[in-house]
Amino acid sequence: MPVLFSSCVPFMSVAPIKRRALALLSGGLDSLLAVRVVQEQGIEVEGINFYTGFCVEGHTHAIRKQDESKQKRNNALWSAETLGIRLNIEDISEEYKDVVLNPKHGYGANLNPCLDCKIYMVNKAMAFVNRARAFADANGFDFLITGEVIGQRPKSQRAITMPIIARESGADDRLLRPLCAKRLAPTLPEREGWVDREKLYAFHGRSRQPQIALARQFGFADWAQPAGGCCFLTDESYSRKLADMWKARGERRYELDDIMLLKVGRHVRPAPHYKLIVGREEGENNWLEGYRHEFDCIRVLSHNGPLTLVDGQPDEDDLLQAARIAGRFSQGRDAEEIEAEIIRKGGVSTRVKVMPMRANEMPKDWYV
Amino acid sequence: MSEPEKGMHQIDARRLLCPLPVIRTQNAVRKLQKGDELLVIATDPGVMQDIPAWCRVHGHQVVSAEKYELEFHIRVLVGE
Repeated sequence: MPVLFSSCVPFMSVAPIKRRALALLSGGLDSLLAVRVVQEQGIEVEGINFYTGFCVEGHTHAIRKQDESKQKRNNALWSAETLGIRLNIEDISEEYKDVVLNPKHGYGANLNPCLDCKIYMVNKAMAFVNRARAFADANGFDFLITGEVIGQRPKSQRAITMPIIARESGADDRLLRPLCAKRLAPTLPEREGWVDREKLYAFHGRSRQPQIALARQFGFADWAQPAGGCCFLTDESYSRKLADMWKARGERRYELDDIMLLKVGRHVRPAPHYKLIVGREEGENNWLEGYRHEFDCIRVLSHNGPLTLVDGQPDEDDLLQAARIAGRFSQGRDAEEIEAEIIRKGGVSTRVKVMPMRANEMPKDWYV
Repeated sequence: MSEPEKGMHQIDARRLLCPLPVIRTQNAVRKLQKGDELLVIATDPGVMQDIPAWCRVHGHQVVSAEKYELEFHIRVLVGE
């Protein structure tokens, strides 16, 4: 039977589908550039940022009085505002514990599980994409973008790890890395023509010069510090304190307050069963005040000095020693005697007069 | 000192460090309607930059942002 085509059926022109991408926006230069590269091709972008509890993001500047005048901006928010995009900030600190404690791909130089972290975050972001697509959400997303650059970071941004991240996160070929896409196999958005591969980049290695040049080309006058240094787990000193905490407790676990306290103060461990957290200046003292009901604490009364929290199971002799240590870090450090108040967790306080500990009485290995 | 008025929503973000005050604000606003007001109480000085930035990005308005001793009180008017 012949097929009849009605010449009366009007041809309906279909508006091109507006493609949307979800970008992992750390606040660093690379993710800022990755978004702009894709925006330049007419893709609508929205950002997502994950809070793990270990983010550096100016915490110490926010606390310390001596840094009061320093800019305290959240760089992911600043990036979103600069790019003109919305930003979802998700608190994943609880579920992230498994990434920190049981990384399938191991740790980097410190306690940084960077590869597992990247896989986890891309997977979480992909859940957003899939959820929106499942509901045929008009504001859904078609693909993910990151600012990853091959060779930029030693643990997670290597040629061999890029496909692992795409595969194990479930993003597969919906994960586009605009800054190094030309060094990777074409992804779905490229093959489908949603983005022009020729207008993407082939950055690689540790140098920041290509990114800085691109930033200037886009007219960015400001950006956050170069990629890296955004996570406390990459910091040797912080990782040491975290490992010390686990060793003292006899188990690898943490709560949010634990990892916050590791970022602040001078940590001194005179004995395996207790540790002091000594405020180093007014801002830190003020911040530690918020924890004073959860720890035994020591205040030097006779001289200006730190608030000292005592973490662990100190006995009375330990607390006297702790008062001497607190005196060491007060303005009465060279005095024959300081007066301090020891306040137990339950609120009972006693006043003591002790000789501040001298420098030669404090072994280096007490400092965590 | 800012006190919550009747009908004002409030979140206590004291002792939380960036970006948790912003996350709490974001999650609270997701449940509110246009025209609602939210009072955020925090101790992280960074909120004085972060919450206004978040508001600008997402179309909400900062009605007031004040410091009271060691606390910061920010009133947000929910937009679209």
